Amino acid sequence: MENSIGGNRQFKHGLKRLADSPYLFILPYSLLFTLLIILPVTIAMAMSFTYFNTVQAPKFVGFQNYIDLFTGDTVFLQHAVTNTLMYAVIVGPIGYMLAFMLAWMLSQVPHKIRTIYTVIIYSPSVTGPIMMTVVWRVLFSGDQAGYLNYWLLNMNIIQEPLQWLKSPELLVPIMVLIGVWGSMGVGFLAMLAGLLNIDKTLYEAAYIDGIRNRWQEIFYITIPSMKPQMLFGAVMAIIGTFNASGIAATLSGGTPPPQYAGWLIVDHANDFGFVRFEMGYASAVTVVLLYIVILFNKISYKLFGDNK
Amino acid sequence: MNFHLFLIILSIFVALPIVFIVNHAFKPFTELFAYPPRFLVNNPTLENFRLLFNFSAESGIPLSRYVFNSLLMTTIVILLTLLVSSLAAFALSKLHFKGKHPFNKANTMALMFVPVAVAIPRFLIIDNLGIFNTYLAHIIPMLAMPIGIFLIKQFMDQIPDDLIEASKIDGAGNWRVYWHVMLPLVQPALVTVAILTFQAGWGNVESSTIFMDDESLRTLPFYMNTLISQSGNIVAGAGLGAVAGLVMFVPNLILFIILQNKVMDSMAHTGIK
Repeated sequence: MENSIGGNRQFKHGLKRLADSPYLFILPYSLLFTLLIILPVTIAMAMSFTYFNTVQAPKFVGFQNYIDLFTGDTVFLQHAVTNTLMYAVIVGPIGYMLAFMLAWMLSQVPHKIRTIYTVIIYSPSVTGPIMMTVVWRVLFSGDQAGYLNYWLLNMNIIQEPLQWLKSPELLVPIMVLIGVWGSMGVGFLAMLAGLLNIDKTLYEAAYIDGIRNRWQEIFYITIPSMKPQMLFGAVMAIIGTFNASGIAATLSGGTPPPQYAGWLIVDHANDFGFVRFEMGYASAVTVVLLYIVILFNKISYKLFGDNK
Repeated sequence: MNFHLFLIILSIFVALPIVFIVNHAFKPFTELFAYPPRFLVNNPTLENFRLLFNFSAESGIPLSRYVFNSLLMTTIVILLTLLVSSLAAFALSKLHFKGKHPFNKANTMALMFVPVAVAIPRFLIIDNLGIFNTYLAHIIPMLAMPIGIFLIKQFMDQIPDDLIEASKIDGAGNWRVYWHVMLPLVQPALVTVAILTFQAGWGNVESSTIFMDDESLRTLPFYMNTLISQSGNIVAGAGLGAVAGLVMFVPNLILFIILQNKVMDSMAHTGIK
């Protein structure tokens, strides 16, 4: 009798400990994390070594997809990779520096007016692709009734309507412009919040220690004090640019866009994956993209991380 | 201050496309195609909004169905994301267990994850789980949100451990601490994650495109997208598209305006060290 009560109590105690286990808290997310992030990446890597047309079982082909990708696929090398790198290298740093500059300016103005500016500057990042399609297609429309064409014609800057979205030389700069316009998102907010949280006495102390102007203040006090937010902003800027897909196609109104202008790696992967159903090859494209993203992040960790 | 001049000019430039789409949505037919083109609306009308409703009525599936699907999906995703993320964040920030450090590192690494890059494997996974063409295929892929865990965890890190120790001495278990102590204190971070999830869910086209082929299960942004690609040919397309764009954008904007104080509060803790 005594014993069984004791056992029961022990059992209940054990149950209670189990219910309180930290692993229970982490369990749902770890399952989802595995299912939706680790597993897909693993599958993509595995599939990239196969020929897989979704009908027959995947067939192992070794490095064939990668060899084709880097030796035979001119669209990939000349357009997808070049465009993606160019887009990332231009939109990423420009958007990032602009975000910091704007955040810094905003931190210098009074609270009420700052809120208004913040809302305006942040809002493009949540406009979404539909809005983008509509607005930019109408503004940059290629006939003389297009808004931009009409204004420029009227001001005698151009003599005949320009095919903004149909000519590759114009399409890509427009893409970059739209990219920067919409890049003041979470990273921008984080940098602004980081700036606002810097201890004001640091500045006073720095001026006593001999800092003379605003520039020195920014480089010796501001940026070092908000390094973690700078890194977060950089990571957000990088995924923002690499997540972009289909911009050129939506703008020009056709897939692929004229002469593959603005054709990105993601577009290339989607084209092979969901249009031609060459899943193995598409996966190889994806894996290359993932490596590029990791490389870019490594660089920003080097620049802004704590170098642990 | 000289910053104001720069900020005002920049704000005007940034806001122009948004001002334009608002005006475009309310333009009557004649103004949409007037030559010379006009930026602002002269005689605002609701004609384009009416057209949007009629357009969907003709296609067999009423607009309300897409709206319902979107609202249902977004609500469930927000609730589940908040639950899953805050539970994990609590463990990663305040509890002690083996593998905590690597897990934190993995999650920070996953911030740089690009979901579009793994659309194909995700499709295969959804298909193999047997949830292709179900609401679950809308919901589950959206639930792994590294940035959500990250934001809440960073916020929790600021909360002193003494507070937890105190409630533990009073006899509270981890669940009580989580529910009664932590959640109320990290409310700004929860709000921020809710907003980000809303933005992602409300605008999510991927699940409708890749994980569904039953039209009645698809969501509003998907419908709006097809509408725009179809209506490119019909004359009223521009006005219709502007309305569609507004419907997708305005909820995001309003939520942010209402809750921006909380967002800024939680953003202060976003740094990666």
